[in-house]
Amino acid sequence: MATYNDLSLHVRLFMKGYPFARYAIKPTPCAPLRKPSSQARFALVTTAGLHTPEQSGFDHSNKMGDSTYREIPNDIVVQTLIESHRSYAFDHSGVEADRNLVFPLDRFRELQQQGVIGELNQRHFSFMGSIVGPRVLINETAPAVARMLREDGVEAALLTPV
Amino acid sequence: MCNQTVGLVQAALERAGITTVSLSLLREVTAHIKPPRALFVPFPMGFPLGEPNNPELQHHVIAAALALFERNDVPLLTEFII
Repeated sequence: MATYNDLSLHVRLFMKGYPFARYAIKPTPCAPLRKPSSQARFALVTTAGLHTPEQSGFDHSNKMGDSTYREIPNDIVVQTLIESHRSYAFDHSGVEADRNLVFPLDRFRELQQQGVIGELNQRHFSFMGSIVGPRVLINETAPAVARMLREDGVEAALLTPV
Repeated sequence: MCNQTVGLVQAALERAGITTVSLSLLREVTAHIKPPRALFVPFPMGFPLGEPNNPELQHHVIAAALALFERNDVPLLTEFII
């Protein structure tokens, strides 16, 4: 189980001092799902820093963090995705062995076949979660992704950290 | 910081009318950020779906997350029990 105590001293001190309360979501938005999951259109969003081989990696040099995103096509072969997350706060060997550990698209394909979910959107999105200064994320890139998914007709989204 | 980023993107999607559920690997961070629906998973950082190449466990986690799509008593942070 991951708690602050499992993190390295450096990371722990950073997390203890970081003003998370500044970015608390308030008021809490709530968009009820108006149909069963078995009829809904799903998209996945990960912050694991995944991208396709053709796309550029995430920028590791920006101290405030890279707030850009990558569009992942639904027909991607999941294990061909590249992980370029800069964080040293987690063990990268798991995602190296199996991208579904952080981006479970193959599992969602199985659920679609079984009729547990309605359908998968034609695209999904990936960010690199190591964003210390999230203003650009909050004001620009996250709303941009939300608009695109909305225009696609996505009704439900699962988001996964790393 | 991943757990904060997830919550902030999640809020943007939910504001756009998309129902969202996120996984959380750091309960403290998610409790601060307060996204609409989150499932705290008892796995190490880097392992949100549990274990690599363990589809059965990954499906258990996803099933628990899917159950939260029906809940609207937000913000909601529940725990995945193995």
